[in-house]
Formats: sequence, C-alpha cells, structure tokens
Amino acid sequence: MRAYIGLYVALTIAAVAAPFLGLYPVFLMKLLCFAMFACAFNLLLGYTKMLSFGHAAYFGSSAYVTGWLMTAHGWGTIAGILAGVAVAMLLGLVIGAIAVRRQGIYFAMITLALSQLVFFICLQADFTGGENGLQGIPRGRIFGMIDLSRDRTMYYFVLAVFVAVYALIRRLVHSPFGQVLKAIRANEPRAISLGYKVDRYKLVAFVLSASLAGLAGSLKALVLGFVTLSDVSQGTSGEVILMTLLGGSGTFLGPVVGANIVVTLQEYLSDLVGAWVSVIIGAIFVVCVMTFRRGFVGEIQWRFARRAGEQ
Amino acid sequence: MTAVFGVPLPAIFGQLMLGLVNGSFYALLSLGLAVIFGLLGVVNFAHGAFYMLGAFAAYVGLQYLGLNYWCALILAPLAVGLLGVVIERLFLRHLYQIDPLYGLLLTFGIALIAEGIMRGLFGASGKSYPVPELLRGGFNLGFMVLPIYRAWAVFASLIVCGLTWFLIERTRLGAMLRAATENARLVQAFGINVPLLVTSTYGAGVALAALAGVLAAPVVQVSPLMGSSLVIVVFAVVVIGGMGSIMGAIVSGLVLGLIEGLTKVIYPEASNIVVFVIMALVLIWRPTGLFGKE
Repeated sequence: MRAYIGLYVALTIAAVAAPFLGLYPVFLMKLLCFAMFACAFNLLLGYTKMLSFGHAAYFGSSAYVTGWLMTAHGWGTIAGILAGVAVAMLLGLVIGAIAVRRQGIYFAMITLALSQLVFFICLQADFTGGENGLQGIPRGRIFGMIDLSRDRTMYYFVLAVFVAVYALIRRLVHSPFGQVLKAIRANEPRAISLGYKVDRYKLVAFVLSASLAGLAGSLKALVLGFVTLSDVSQGTSGEVILMTLLGGSGTFLGPVVGANIVVTLQEYLSDLVGAWVSVIIGAIFVVCVMTFRRGFVGEIQWRFARRAGEQ
Repeated sequence: MTAVFGVPLPAIFGQLMLGLVNGSFYALLSLGLAVIFGLLGVVNFAHGAFYMLGAFAAYVGLQYLGLNYWCALILAPLAVGLLGVVIERLFLRHLYQIDPLYGLLLTFGIALIAEGIMRGLFGASGKSYPVPELLRGGFNLGFMVLPIYRAWAVFASLIVCGLTWFLIERTRLGAMLRAATENARLVQAFGINVPLLVTSTYGAGVALAALAGVLAAPVVQVSPLMGSSLVIVVFAVVVIGGMGSIMGAIVSGLVLGLIEGLTKVIYPEASNIVVFVIMALVLIWRPTGLFGKE
C-alpha cells in the first residue's frame, strides 16, 4: 500500500510538471481523455467482466452533444459537458437495460449492434454535421473567469477532472457496491442465489461507465475543438478495449498505461506508416490475446503477488 | 402505373429483390457464424473480413491471374477457407479453454489486420467487378425487370444454405458435428477425431463467408471495408434468430434482408438501422432470440 501511495505521488508530480517538460499539452490532454475513457470502460470489463463492444457510442454522442450545444447554442463549458454526460447516461440506461438481459458473448454482440445504431443516427442527423463532423468548438470558460482557451490552463482542468474520475472509480470498486460487482465477475449464478439483483447491479455499473465515457468524450471534444464520426465508430470501441486489455483489465492503473501506449503509438505510427497502422493495432490485439492476457500492470502485480507468496 | 406510398411498383419490387439478395448473404454469413459458434464457442468477428477477402480473391483472380467468375466461385472459398484453417490451428485452438470473450477479441484483431493489409495494398476506394457474361441482362416479368445476376445470387445462396442444412441435419458427418457440439469429450471417446472436426468446421464456415463475398462482388463495390459493417448486421441477425438453430439463421437472414429492402422504399433514412431496432425489440420481448433454446 505504501508503495502505491509513493507511486501515486510520483505520478501526480509528473502529471503536474509535464507541460513544463517540453511535452505538447494538447497531446497530454488527449492522453488523459483516452485514459479516462479506458478507466470508465475498465469498470465494466475489469470488475464485472462485461465486454461492451460499443463504448464509442457514449464517448462520441456526448462529444457531439457538448460540441453542438456550445457551438450552435452558445452554452457554457460546464453546462455543455453536463448535458453531454446526461445524454451518454440516458443512452447507457437504454442500451444497458436491453443488453444486460443477455450475458457474455451475446452482451458483447448486442452492445456492438446498438452502438452501430447510434453511429448511423450520428451519420444521418443534422446536428452532427454528418461526414464533416463538428468543427471549431470553443472551450469557453469555467466559473465565469478561468479562460480555457490557453492550452496549459485547459490541461490542468482536464487533469483535475481525470484525477476526480480516477478517485471515484477507486472508491466505487472498493465500496460494497464494487464488492458485489466483483462477486458477479467471479460467479454470477452464485451472486444471484445469494439474493443479489444481479441485473440491476450490472445496469448501474453500465450506466456509470457510459456516463464517465461520455465525460471523457466531451472533454476530448473541447480539447481538440472538433468531433468526427470516428469518435462514435466501431474502431474507437475497439481501441478502448485494446487499451484496457494491454494495460491490464481489472487493475486501476492498467487502463491508464494502455491508453498511453495506444495513443502514443497511433500518434507516431500514423505519420510513419499511414493506413498500415490498423495492421499494427490488430497485431497487438492478437499478441495481447494470445500471450499477454494480464496486460502490463496485471503482469507486474501478478509477479509481485507470486514473489510475496513464495516468501 | 400503380404505386404504393407514392413509390411506383417496379421500384418497390426492385428494392425487395435487392433486399432478398442482401438477405441471402446475411443467411450465408449467419449460417457460418452459427455453425462455428456451435462447435467452437467462438464468435467469429473476422467473418466480415473473410467475406471481404472472398470478394478480393475474385477481383485479384480476374485482374491479375485471368481467372473468371466461375473459377473464383470455387477457388476463392477454398483459398480463404485454407487461411481460416491456418488461423484456427495457429491461434484459435489455444483459446478454447478460456473465456469465450478472448476468441471474439482475437478474431477482431485478425479482422483489423486483414482490412488494414487490403487497404494498404488496394486503397480504400471500391472496385467494380463485372457481371459474368452468362448472367448479364434481365428477364421482363411484366411487372418488373428481374436482373439475372441478382436472381442467380439468391438462387446460389439458397442452394448452398440448403446443402449445408442437409449436411448438418441429415448426414452422418453432420450427426458427428452435432454430437460434438453437445459434448465434445464424449464424442472423442467414441474415437472421432474432434480436433480435425473443429478445424474443418471453422474452415468450412469461413469458406461460406468467402463464397458470399464472391457472389456479392458483382452486386456491391469490392472494398476493404465492405465486411466491417456487414458483420455487425450479421451479429444482429444472429442475436435475433438465436444461435442454436441452422434453419433459424437462414430464415432470419432472408427475412431481415427483405425487411431492410422494404424499409428502403418506405423510409430510406431508417434502412441502415432497421435491423438493429428489430434486434432491440426482439430482445425486449424474447431475450433468447426467436429460435433460441437456452
């Protein structure tokens, strides 16, 4: 535990100092947004073993709603973000209520199909700008005075939100609610026979995860100033799975590590190899599933735990 | 001229015919998906990619090797099916003992690789594949002109679906397959080579997808991404039909294709989403799907 506190202190210092170390703030913010997205996703895959194959639906639709309200209707930053999150939450409630009726592989296929429905709605609706997406989204200001258009200010805002979300997820997992989720992960029929209304727990976890994914999407829309169809697409849903898996699902830091690796890879590789980047992403998927199912953080934790067991 | 919903009748029949063509591809794909899932417990996300590879094999065969449509109809499914066999031997085989979600993730990765390679080699734009000489033109049925190729695509798909159904439900090999689906270890104890059965089932399911790709090549544009959205529709078809039943997969594929075609006439904006909406409604009404057992 003490090692963990030390690690978190070091990470916080690194995160606070990062913009002064010559790292590009917009890139750092993108990392944070995707790390938040992956942490939200991990709440489902890691702690309840529900593989949602359509998490981009919440990420993207929230980004669209925030972007649209702030661009076309002049909403404020906080109101815009909250409205986006509310839409993601509602969407999570509807899709989750349908999907939790089935388990495992069917759950994955249903969430995927329904997220494709959301994709087509975004493709055809007027407010999303169709193929062009939304551009020139203003960042606005918070509390009426802090102007977010400066990258460094925006970075600390995103960092603060990220830390809050991360702490919330930690708290949730360690709460009695989180214990029930882990019980469902371990043995669902047993959790049912113990009297837990499993479907209701799963739905709550799903809605929470969708809302936090939406928050990440809204922030990303503000950071980059645009939203495109790829934000609601199947590809983005796949990427968040890869991030979580690669870093280590069911660990707190895993999704953060995974998101950093995947986003960094994409950033550098897309210049180098162009269209072949999806081949590399696919290959990492295959390697990860075949040989590396614990992920980076999971592997480290497992080794430590084994060594502790030997002593 | 008679018209329904303000749409002339021949146009309606034309859309229904196209819906039937799509439906027969859904049927072929969901059939393979259901058979693979039944025996391997793997949801084959790469099914759309194999369909795409089948279409590309036909395209490459014609452009670079001078192989005509009829050769492609035989060779493309064989080549892609062989690729499926290799993938099963190298990768999938090692995942049967663990959570089935990993099979889905692995095949998703394989689909990404296949699509990425084809995009790198051929670019993202669609290529057209000519309708073979013998099947050009159309019959005039009086109320509409029936393009011969489309009729052939539906006919060929239905024949293959029927043969597959017969193979699985009415032959000794099919009986072994069904028995292995129920209890693989027991069947193995009776001296049947179950691993070989599993490998060839995956290869056959993949070959069916590739065959659908060849049949589709003259109707749709051959492009690296032609399978990636199709596979999601096929997932929805399979969820609606329930994965347990061969007939269920065929019937729901055809019917949903027809419904999609009809939606294109009545309310074109919804034609992309109608299958997913139906899936949601079916799940609310009957969570196990229409023909599901569970």
